Amino acid sequence: MNVDRRVRLGVRTLVLAYLTVLLLVPVGLVFYRTFEHGITPVWQAITTPAAVHAFWLTLEIALIAVPLNTIFGVVTALALVRGRFRGKVAIDAVISLPFALSPVVIGLALLLVYGRGGWVSLPFQVIFSLPGMVLATIFVSLPFVVREVVPVLREIGDESEQAAATLGATPWQAFWRITLPAIRWGIAYGVVLTTARAIGEFGAVSVVSGRIAGETQTLTLLVEQRFQNFDLAGAYAASALLGVIAIATLLAMTLLKPRKDQT
Amino acid sequence: MARSTDGGLDTFWSAVSSRQAVSALTLSLWTSLVVAAVNAVAGTATAWVLVRDDFRGKAVLNALIDLPFALPTIVVGIILLALVGPTSPVGIHAVATTWAILLALLFVTLPFVVRSVQPVVQELDREMEEAATSLGASSATTFRRVVLPNLVPAILSGAGMSFARAVGEFGSVILVAGNIPFHTQLASVYIFGQVESDDPIGAAAVAVVLLAISLIVLVAIASVGRWGARHER
Repeated sequence: MNVDRRVRLGVRTLVLAYLTVLLLVPVGLVFYRTFEHGITPVWQAITTPAAVHAFWLTLEIALIAVPLNTIFGVVTALALVRGRFRGKVAIDAVISLPFALSPVVIGLALLLVYGRGGWVSLPFQVIFSLPGMVLATIFVSLPFVVREVVPVLREIGDESEQAAATLGATPWQAFWRITLPAIRWGIAYGVVLTTARAIGEFGAVSVVSGRIAGETQTLTLLVEQRFQNFDLAGAYAASALLGVIAIATLLAMTLLKPRKDQT
Repeated sequence: MARSTDGGLDTFWSAVSSRQAVSALTLSLWTSLVVAAVNAVAGTATAWVLVRDDFRGKAVLNALIDLPFALPTIVVGIILLALVGPTSPVGIHAVATTWAILLALLFVTLPFVVRSVQPVVQELDREMEEAATSLGASSATTFRRVVLPNLVPAILSGAGMSFARAVGEFGSVILVAGNIPFHTQLASVYIFGQVESDDPIGAAAVAVVLLAISLIVLVAIASVGRWGARHER
């Protein structure tokens, strides 16, 4: 469509203004507020014992949740694309549920199932401790790898896998030598999204953690607690740390996207 | 979730229909509808500019669109507090108003429509548009009659995801919404409050309503997808 030059410039201006007001100004402002008194107070705020503990706990949760979701994601994507079974359409829709569902509802569901007087009682504590927080994180970041790998699997088809099978490869060999290399960038992209969500999750973790300072406090919970305690500078500093992680995520997404789309 | 009916349907019904719960659900629903509608327009325009327009810094802008997905929601809350809170540099004090809620929801749902419409604009057949223009259609008519119908399924599914996300949004609104019952209390924050005050049944009752909304939206998006795929053939 050969749009009128004036119309094109007009739409461009409106879009840029909208994105500037909604996105760039607020994000720029928070970085300015964080560093307006130099880097020393920021460094002090993110190296307090509580902040360091929150950082390691966040990392620990992500290190458990992300690999589990990656394996689950690849297996589920393979089943959805290559498998033939009843209820496939239903599973396909339900996989997206964690995206459409409120994190608070997810946290509450875990609380009702594993909490005091819940349906399932395990020999160790789930709610208000690490296992519950890991479960909540796995739940909210479940769909990312599946959603990224499914379209790639559809795109590459199964001719190469069949060729490998005719040449005498076992299904296991065909997966490692043919399928996995073909979907690796899709998996990588999904892992980046899963990690970002795992580190940044707040609502679901907030419900199941009990928010015990120095014990079950992740970085996002630390931000909220500092804000509630009127430690605004401390909240900004922890937010800036999470903001840096988010920008690293964007960089990784930008670098991986062309490779993913090539397949 | 079935535990919301532990005390029988009567308990469930009285928990859901308490005035505070109804008010929180209503607020969540209408603000999310507004947000979905604004996203449908702004997101389509943004996708259009990102594909068809060309200017310096477009690649950076394209990457920044995903920022709301990459940022933790509580950080979004802190960011918006810095903008419209008591220390606002532009003199806007909107904490505990519906405006703050709308701002937070628009921020976190920004990428949905852009990212669902963008690939469709990329695949659009430009010859169709040129044919319409050569037959004397104005650019407005071409957009409305030729381009838009192709984009509708993608716009609807993006707006649907925005709506679902906005209805359940928690982290970004907990700090700026103010949580004033009957005024700025959203459904998700209400549920959280009920959990904190040890009323899991009341929390679960409202949660079931949110769960039902999520399921309805997912089914709607899936049918729009099938409908769009059928029209392509």
